Amino acid sequence: MGNKTYKVRVGLSTCGIAAGASKTYDEIVPLLAAYGITPEKTGCMGMCYCEPLVEVIDSEGKSYVYGNVTADKAATIVEEHIKGGRPVTDLLVFSTDAETEHTPFLTKQHRVLLKYLGKINPESIDSYLEVGGYEALTKALGSMTPEEVIAEIGAAGLRGRGGAGFPTNLKWKYTREAAGEQKYVVCNADEGDPGAFMDRSLLESNPHSVLEGMIIAGYAIGATEGYVYCRAEYPLAIRNLRTAIAAATERGFLGENILGSGFDFSVQIREGAGAFVCGEETALLMSIEGKRGMPRFRPPYPAQKGLFGRPTCINNVETLANVPYIIREGAASYSRLGTESSKGTKVFALAGKVKRGGLVEIPMGLTINEIVFDIGGGISTGKKFKAVQTGGPSGGCIPASMGDTPVDYESLKAIGAIMGSGGMLIMDEDTCMVDVARYFLTFTCDESCGKCTFCRTGTKKMLEILNRITEGKGTESDLDLLEDLAEQVIAGSLCGLGQTAPNPVLTTLKYFRDEYLAHVRDKRCPAKICKALIRYIIHPEACVACGVCRRNCPVGAITGAKQTPHVINQDLCIRCGLCYNSCKFNAIEVISGAPEPQEAK
Amino acid sequence: MSARDNTAVTAKNPIEIIDAIVRKHSVNRGATIPILQEIQKTFGYIAPEAITRISDLTGIPESDIYSIATFYAQFRLQPVGKYTISVCHGTACHLAGAEKISDAFEHATGAKTGGTSEDGLFTLEKVACLGCCSLAPVVNFINETHARVTPDKAQALVKAARAAAAKEKSPKGESQHGKQDV
Repeated sequence: MGNKTYKVRVGLSTCGIAAGASKTYDEIVPLLAAYGITPEKTGCMGMCYCEPLVEVIDSEGKSYVYGNVTADKAATIVEEHIKGGRPVTDLLVFSTDAETEHTPFLTKQHRVLLKYLGKINPESIDSYLEVGGYEALTKALGSMTPEEVIAEIGAAGLRGRGGAGFPTNLKWKYTREAAGEQKYVVCNADEGDPGAFMDRSLLESNPHSVLEGMIIAGYAIGATEGYVYCRAEYPLAIRNLRTAIAAATERGFLGENILGSGFDFSVQIREGAGAFVCGEETALLMSIEGKRGMPRFRPPYPAQKGLFGRPTCINNVETLANVPYIIREGAASYSRLGTESSKGTKVFALAGKVKRGGLVEIPMGLTINEIVFDIGGGISTGKKFKAVQTGGPSGGCIPASMGDTPVDYESLKAIGAIMGSGGMLIMDEDTCMVDVARYFLTFTCDESCGKCTFCRTGTKKMLEILNRITEGKGTESDLDLLEDLAEQVIAGSLCGLGQTAPNPVLTTLKYFRDEYLAHVRDKRCPAKICKALIRYIIHPEACVACGVCRRNCPVGAITGAKQTPHVINQDLCIRCGLCYNSCKFNAIEVISGAPEPQEAK
Repeated sequence: MSARDNTAVTAKNPIEIIDAIVRKHSVNRGATIPILQEIQKTFGYIAPEAITRISDLTGIPESDIYSIATFYAQFRLQPVGKYTISVCHGTACHLAGAEKISDAFEHATGAKTGGTSEDGLFTLEKVACLGCCSLAPVVNFINETHARVTPDKAQALVKAARAAAAKEKSPKGESQHGKQDV
C-alpha cells in the first residue's frame, strides 16, 4: 500500500443500487478489509450515467472517482489503486488529479445544494455536522430574529423551486403575519413529475439539509410542527429522512427548547399514495388531512388557512435545502449567483437521449446548449439534438434551434415552457413530438382529480384527438380543435394541473407543426415511433435466413425457411420491434409513409 | 361492496391485525391513508372486509374510505400475484421504449398491464416514475430495481422467476434431473 492511506466511498442511492451498487459494495468490503479500510456508504454523486460509482481519496486529499464499477471491477481497483498505488485510469471518470472526458460534467456545474451529495454519509448526523451542518440553525436561533431570517431569505432572492417561482420570503412573511396560534411548515416532497428526481436525491443523500431548512422556516414563521409529504415511491428517501429526524431529535436540533432557545419544533412524515395532483399545495393539504387529494379554490391561501384550517407554509424540498446555505453564508453569497430576477442555482435532473445524464446544478442563466453539450456531453445516440422538455407534464418542448435560451424563470416562460421542478429531458431525431405530447396528456388525463369539467373531460378529448392523429386517422382540422380545446382547459381549470396540462401540446404544435402535418396529411411518423404508422420490413438481400427473428417473434408473423429470406406478415405483426432488435445483420428496417421500392411485391 | 364475494383474507385473525393497525395510528380522520397503507403492506391489498372494519372502529363511513382507496393509485382492491412487476413509464423511460418493455412482460407473463396472470404468479403494473431516469428504461421486478431493461432481459427475468417459483413448489429432494444447481 506504499506510504499512502486511503478512504473509499461507495454511492448507494436508488440509481446506484439499480445499477448494481449494493453488489459492488458487498464485493469491495472484504477486499478492503485486508488493508484495514472500511468503505463509507454515501449518497448520489449526481453522475447517474456511470453508476455504480466508487471514490478513492488518498492521504493527500486527492480524489479519484471510478465509474461503472460493477462487482467484478471492484477487485481491480483494490488491487491496482489501494495495493499498488496506481489509479486505474480506464475506469476513472473524475479526478482532482487528472482531466478525463467526463470532467466538464462537474466543472461546468456550480454546486451549492449538491456540494456534499456523494461526499457525506446520509445516515450519519456527524457526517453532516462535519461539513457545517446545523451551523445555520445555530446562527438563526442564536443571533437572528424571525424577521431577520425572513429578510435574509428575501435579500438572497430565493424563489420557490417547485416550479412556480414564488418569492420564498413573501410566503414566510404572509404565514408569519397570519393570525393564529398553531402554524405549520409543510415540505412538499411529492415529486410527481415523471422525469424529475432532484428531490429524491436530496432527501436520500443529504436529508439533514432539508430538515435544517424546515426547522429554520418553522422558527421564521412561528410554527412548532412540520410535515414532510413524500411520495411512497421513494422508500430510501423516507428511510433516510426518518433516520435523520431521530438523530436530529437526539442531538437537540429538533424537539423542545431547541439549542436552549425556547423554540420547539417537531417533524412528521406523511407518505403520499400515488396521486400526482397532490403536488398541488391545497390538494397536498387535503391528503395530509386524510381526504381525497382534490385542490380547492384559492384564496384563502394556505398562508392564511392551510393544514387543518391553520396558517401553513408549503415549500418544496429544494427550496428548503437552499435555506441553510443562505443563512450560514449570507444572502450576498447566494444572490451573486444567477440572473437579475432568478437568483442562485437550480438543480436539474438531466435525462433522455443525452450522454451524461444525472443531477446537474447550474447557476441560473446558463443556456440550454451549455447544459446539453458542455455538461451533458451531447446526444447519446449520435443523432441530432431535436428538443428539450422542461417542467414535465406542465412544461413545454423547446426546439434545438432555441438552445441559446438562458435557463431562468422568465426566459423559459417567454417561450412557452416553464422552469418546472427540474426535469430536463433531451430528445433526439428519433423522438416523435406528437407521441411526446400524447404521452404527457395520457399522464395528466389519468391524474386529473376530476373536479373541474375542462380538466376531466377536456384533457380526455384532447387525448382522443392525439390518439387519432398517432393512429393515422387525424385530419388537419384536428390541430385547430386541439388548440381551441387547450385554451378552454387552461381557462376552465382550478389548479395548476389543468392550467398547465395543455402546455406540451401547445408547444409541440407551435414548434413542431410539420410533424403533426406529416401525421395527418401523409399518414407518416417522421421519427418512426407511432405504431399504427410504421412497418417493419426485411430486406431480402441482407437477410441470411438465420431464423433468429422468426424465433423471437411473439406472434408468429415471420415466415421463412433455411436459405430463404424471411418475410414479415404485416397483418399479424404487432410492431413490437423484437425482430429488429434481434437481427444481427441489419436486414430489418422500420419504415413509415409511402411503400418503399423493396415492398413493391 | 358487501355483495362482492371475498375469501382472500387468509392471514390468521385478520380482524385482530386490522384492529392493531388502526389502534396504532389513532382513530382520527387524518390517519385514514396511513392505516390503508399499512393494511395493504400487510395483506397485499385492501379487502372489502378491511374497509368495513376500519369504518366500525373509526366511525368514518365506508363510502368515504372506499372513495379514498379508489382515489389514490397506490391502493389495490384486488389480491396481487406472488411477484409484482412495475414497469416505469416516466418520460425518460417512455423515450427509451417503456411501451415495448411492458409488451414484453405481457407476452412473457400472460398478464395484462394492471392485472394478474392466470397462474397467480405475476402482477404487472405501470408506474409513473421511479426516479432513475438516467438508467432508463427501468423496471422494479420483485422489489429490485433493474436498469436499462431490454425486451430480452424482461423475458429472461420472467423465466428465472418462474423457475424459482417451480423450485419452491416442488418438495425438497424431488429434483430428479439434478438441474437445480445453478
